[in-house]
Amino acid sequence: MATVNPTRMELQRQKAKLATASRGHKLLKDKRDELMREFLDLVRENRALREKVEKGIKEANKNFVMARSTMSAEAVEVAFMASKQEVSIDVSSKNVMSVNIPQFEIKTRTSDANDIYSYGFAFTSSDLDDAVTSLSELQQDMLKLAEVEKSCQLMAAEIEKTRRRVNALEHVMIPSYQENIKYISMKLDENERSSQIRLMKVKDMMLEDAHHYKDKAPEAVVDEV
Amino acid sequence: MYRIAVMGDTDSIYGFAALGLDTYPVTDPVAASKKLRELAEGDYAVIYITEALADKLTAEIDHYREMMLPAIILIPGVSGNTGKGIQAVKKSVEQAVGSDIIFGS
Repeated sequence: MATVNPTRMELQRQKAKLATASRGHKLLKDKRDELMREFLDLVRENRALREKVEKGIKEANKNFVMARSTMSAEAVEVAFMASKQEVSIDVSSKNVMSVNIPQFEIKTRTSDANDIYSYGFAFTSSDLDDAVTSLSELQQDMLKLAEVEKSCQLMAAEIEKTRRRVNALEHVMIPSYQENIKYISMKLDENERSSQIRLMKVKDMMLEDAHHYKDKAPEAVVDEV
Repeated sequence: MYRIAVMGDTDSIYGFAALGLDTYPVTDPVAASKKLRELAEGDYAVIYITEALADKLTAEIDHYREMMLPAIILIPGVSGNTGKGIQAVKKSVEQAVGSDIIFGS
């Protein structure tokens, strides 16, 4: 504090800064509230999806363990050695309150749903088929989970940043501008008063020089008595 | 065009190969962190990692947390659900809200 020059120009500048900061504060606060609303919806969805996926994977794993118990490790390895299906994903991004969140779209190389079975059925246990099927049913949900969870992480980071900015403006920047404005206007008022007094004094002195009131005053006082 | 990778111990992830995802069986933390970096720099948009492996790679995973790609998602392995995945969601909530208001009860 008090590092500002108490001039009119500086006062104007500080007032302009205060106006900008207040507007920015309001906008950022709105942004934070909206982000928070979106985030809470998203995080609830995230939680539900995660619970679903974790449960599904647990089931699938159970099937895989069963399959593994009836087949040799080599046989399983051979079964999955050359997979027929191949997936790729298209990534686009969506802008939610200045946060770029990814959108995934899955693409499979072949459209045949049975291509997930990369092995002949003759030498593998049927548990393996069940396991692969249960996993493939999960795939969409897993991708959705990836999308939602990433969005949550990105939004959480953005909310944290925005909240810091809002707090910095609210508790540091704006009060300091207000303090500066108060300091400068008080200093200016003080200067104005002192120059006013100086003028009055000078006027008195000049009148005194012109009319010599002091020499006459005692007589006047004596006369009245 | 991006792809999907799965990392973890062989038993937990071999099934994903059938779906057409790329599986990378690793268990050694040093090799895994190297692999993870390699995959993240490459054209993988989604990387699923088993919770058990992710436990040893916290620093690397956090590094990619605030980037748009790749999305690193924890999945339970055959050894069971350690709750690390839901922990990551909780972490987001705590970061955003300041305290955990979704999973509190």
